[in-house]
Formats: sequence, C-alpha cells, structure tokens
Amino acid sequence: MSEIENKTENDSTESAGECTAGDTKDDKGLGLGVIFFIVAFVACFLSGTLLFPKLLYSKKEQPFNFDHALHVGETGDCETCHSFREDGSFTGIPKLATCLDCHAEEPLGETEDEVVFVEEYVLEEKEIPWYVYSRQPDCVFFSHAAHTEENGMDCVTCHGHIGDSTSLRPYEENRITGYSRDIWGKNIFGIKKNSWDRMKMDDCAKCHKKETGHQGYCFQCHK
Amino acid sequence: MKQENNNAHKFGMVIDLDKCTGCGSCMVSCMSENNVPFKEDESNKKDSITWMSVYKLTNGKSFPDTEIAYLPRPCQHCGGKGDHGHSPCVSVCPAVATDYGYDTGIVSQIYTRCFGCRYCMGACPYHARYFNWWDPKWPEGMENYLSPNVSPRMRGVVEKCSFCYHRYQAARDVAYYEGRDDIEEHEYQTACTTACPSGAIVFGDLNNPAHKIHQIVKPDPHPDPRNKHVIGKSRNPKVFRLLERLGTNPKVYYLSEREWVRKQGDSYLDGEWDKIKNHHGTSSHG
Repeated sequence: MSEIENKTENDSTESAGECTAGDTKDDKGLGLGVIFFIVAFVACFLSGTLLFPKLLYSKKEQPFNFDHALHVGETGDCETCHSFREDGSFTGIPKLATCLDCHAEEPLGETEDEVVFVEEYVLEEKEIPWYVYSRQPDCVFFSHAAHTEENGMDCVTCHGHIGDSTSLRPYEENRITGYSRDIWGKNIFGIKKNSWDRMKMDDCAKCHKKETGHQGYCFQCHK
Repeated sequence: MKQENNNAHKFGMVIDLDKCTGCGSCMVSCMSENNVPFKEDESNKKDSITWMSVYKLTNGKSFPDTEIAYLPRPCQHCGGKGDHGHSPCVSVCPAVATDYGYDTGIVSQIYTRCFGCRYCMGACPYHARYFNWWDPKWPEGMENYLSPNVSPRMRGVVEKCSFCYHRYQAARDVAYYEGRDDIEEHEYQTACTTACPSGAIVFGDLNNPAHKIHQIVKPDPHPDPRNKHVIGKSRNPKVFRLLERLGTNPKVYYLSEREWVRKQGDSYLDGEWDKIKNHHGTSSHG
C-alpha cells in the first residue's frame, strides 16, 4: 500500500517538474502546437467540404439530356407538360404519352438526345426512367394544388429557374438515405440563399409559419 | 396552438352496433387501404396489427336469453380532457411523433418521427395503438399493390388508425383544383365506412349540423355538469362512447337500442348504471 502511495507521489512530483521545465523553456512548443492545429483544421475543413460530399452523394446521369428552355419556348409555360389530373393530383414528370402529343409524327430536332429518345423509348414504347431531383421521402404528402392553384405560388419559388436550363445536371443521391441532394441543398453546411435552395421540412414549416401564421399540424404534410 | 378555429372540422364516427353483423369487412378494408402488414400467424395478438378491430360482446346470459353484439374499434381520436387536444397518447409522446390536429380533430402518427418507446400504447385506454415488432413482409409481388398514399411502416415504430387521412388530403386536392373552399361530406369517407355492407358506420364532421353524424349524435357543446372534462356528450339517449367518464372525449360514438350493449361501454359499480343510464347531454344547461 505504502509502495503505491510512494509511487503516485513520485509521479506527481515528476509531472510537476516537467511542467515547470516546460514553462521555463521558450514558446517553441506552443508555436508548433498552433501550426499543427491550423494545418489539421484546414485539412479537416477541406476534406469535410470537398471530399465528404463526394463520398456522401453518388452521381447519376439522366437517361438523356433534356432542354427545358427550348421546350418552355415552344409550349410557353410549365403546365403544358407538368399538369394536374382531374382529381387535383399532380402528374409531376410527364409520361411518354405526354411527350408523344407533340413528338408523335417524326423526330422534332436533330440532336443526339432526340435519337436516343426515339430509338430507346418511343419505338420500344418504354417509359423514360428520369431521376427526380425534387422527390421527397415517402412519408411526405405534398399538394401542388394547395400551393399553385389555391394560393397562387409559382413554380420557381420551390423549384428554381429549372425552366431556363438547357441541360440536365447529374442527379445526386445520398448514399445513406437514398434521397436526392436537392432536399438537403447543394450547400453542404445547409446554408440557404434562395427559397429554392433547399426542400427540407424546416423550409416548408418556415414558409407556412410566415404565410399562414402556423407551421401546420403533422398530418398536413405527412402521410 | 392558436389558429383560427372558426371553421375547424371535428371528424368523427358513429357506429350502429345493432346494424353491425361482425363480418369484419371494416377490418379487411382498413388493412388493405392502409398497407397494414399481416403476419404469418394472425392469431398471435401480441404481434398482429389491426387498426380496426371488432370485439365480441355478450350479455352474459345463458340460452335462450343469450344475445351477442359486435363492436368495431378504430382509434377513438380523443380530444382529451375538456376537448382541448391533450389526448392521452399525445400528452405522453416524448418525440412529438403524434399530435392533435386542431383543424380536423384527428390524432396523427408520424412513423419517421416515432422511435418506438411505446408510451402512447400504455397511455391509450382503448388499445388502439400497435407496435411493429418486425419489418413488414409482403408476399412476392404484393408490394406493387400497396397504396402509394399511405407510407408503410418499419420495425420499431407504433402505428394506428388515421381516419384514412390520405382520403381527406385527396379530397382537399380536388377542392383546391376546382376552386372550392371546402369539401363535401361524401368526398371524405374512411375505408371502413365505405366497406361496411350493412351501413353501420357513419362518418362525418361533428361540427357540421348538415352532416348525418351530427344529426345522429347531436353532440352537446357544453361540459357535462357531472364531469366538466366531458364535452360533446350525445343528446341521443341511444348513443354512448367508450369509457366516457374518463374525459378522453373520443370522436367515435356507438349507437344501440339495447341497454345491455350501452352498459358495456364502461365498467360500473353495483347500482351505478341505474343512476347514470338516463343521463344524457342536453342543450339547455351551461
């Protein structure tokens, strides 16, 4: 028992000795520590912002490119293709039949994408397996009718200026959750500048609170 | 929880136990409508999940006086004491996975929020909540027949009847699209209501005097003078609620001509029933 006590006493005196020794030296150790901290911080920060998103999200190319700007120019609006059904539900991404309303007779345009579209989908009578950037998790109920029809919101508020784009960006899927990156937003820190940057529950609730005075009860947006 | 409640709904159900034959159509339609998983052994009641469950009642007498009644039991969508929305399950949930919709009177259950502590199951006096001990297993190819309007549940969460809320969502979608302010009575009906072959279940808005349920139940808006926590007691002497004296204020009412059936809505001490049986909601007091 006494041996142990002696040992601990010795240890404490030793460490105390070290401390005083360190204090008497110059600040070299401290300076190295600061440099090490900064280097480690920068390394962690860069890997967190540059490497982590690449690990977290897998990139998938759409079946073929789609020029939104061209089609909006031809049809004049979003609703021609992204329409409502008679029961008030939203069609979302149009089915092949909607495309064929215009593309029925012959290929319209001479792009490679038109060739893919005609050969792989129209002639095969196969639906195009688009990846949906704005696909919400399964537990979410979203009524387009309530937002655009009842309250006159425009598409841009949530979907951004996708109608002006001439090409489709790759679809990024969260490897853990399987959700589209558009839900969390492009910014890995979750920083939001525009109303269409993110599509999380908080974003819905914030807007509901502002516009209706109440963020809504669970079942308003869940199923 | 302040919201303009002037035109708030209070969806409820009244079930005519004299019309109910105990066929179980409501249970079947409920399960298929709401993607409720079935088990290899449905007789194992600790594992099986039945949002709507039919109970068998007997008057306890021997032949030839034996009588039988069946009592379908969905979630009662309690308004809690004083009907302020403090339902037994909502009050105890530590995750806000269940809340009271003051706009509809419907008690929600959010599966992605629930972490399976099962406090709500302990708090529910009606055994209306069920726990998923296992992930749902569907026979090969049956996933394609699931309803996309109801999200399926995973192992480790609690689920319960939602008064087919997705049908309300769908009905409102039509109304929005057609530019109407509100929905019609027939546009929002639960699966069990529409499936009942004898028409025993009536579903509608308890706040709307034009709805059939309001005309049958005639809910008393004033507190019960015997128990101020009880609101919405029926003025119809044939209508009762389960364990009404608890003050949970369920929105599911039951209707029966037979006194012994009405008596089974609660447990009574000797002689207590005779004092209470003629006590109904009135419009005069308050």
